[in-house]
Amino acid sequence: MCSKCKQDCLDLSFPATQAQASAGIVTLSARLAAYGLPVSKADDVKIALAEAINNVVKHAYAGIAPADIQIDCCLCKDKLVIQITDTGKPMPNLRLPDGPPAPVDAPLQDLPEGGFGWHLIRQLTSNIQYERRDGGNRLCLRFDFDEAP
Amino acid sequence: MGLSSDMTGETQIISVHCDRIDAAMAIQFKDDMRAETQTPAKRVVLDLSAVEFIDSSGLGAIVASMKQLEGGRRLDLAGLRPIVEKVFRLTRMDTVFRLFASLDDAMNAGAD
Repeated sequence: MCSKCKQDCLDLSFPATQAQASAGIVTLSARLAAYGLPVSKADDVKIALAEAINNVVKHAYAGIAPADIQIDCCLCKDKLVIQITDTGKPMPNLRLPDGPPAPVDAPLQDLPEGGFGWHLIRQLTSNIQYERRDGGNRLCLRFDFDEAP
Repeated sequence: MGLSSDMTGETQIISVHCDRIDAAMAIQFKDDMRAETQTPAKRVVLDLSAVEFIDSSGLGAIVASMKQLEGGRRLDLAGLRPIVEKVFRLTRMDTVFRLFASLDDAMNAGAD
């Protein structure tokens, strides 16, 4: 996926359960920091990665037995690409959700308790690609380092 | 999941003793908050200074925790680390909650 920088690839896979995903996100965030992910991007990557993985657990494997989520990271000098692969159900209409901001100008009891995930991912990434292939989902999140934080 | 509670005057301070509020513990957090907030306190302040990470499920659980307070009381948040504050800002939930840099700031500000 990123032929120029194969030397800095990190792979991890774990079962698509909430507890395993939580531990996997912690492990991956620590490894990326150790591999030299710029500190200025660390928070953005943590947030977007957690949302993307939680979506797989919550939606792709909803109502079916959870299989493994495979994460492949490619850390280059100027960008990080994270590929998330699963064998769960496809995204609705085989496309990325728009992720509009959840409405917060609401009375207390009508405040949203969810629906924040894609809005966060879209704000924090430089590029997102989704592909349904071979009975699975492949999501690629790219973080460019030359942008202002 | 590790909450503790103290009363100072009419303010209840609930401290989170956990480094993550994420999808894996959002439901537990909401249930524990419900149990902790069955008090007549006029104001509830949630001390998040020990929380190193929050995801949107954890954010939703904090919103739910405010909605389940009886009498329409608000929930004020204190001690947000930069990454936690960022999740609130990007979802515009920083306009819903009063956020304080520290517990001291929250206590000095009072209920208004």
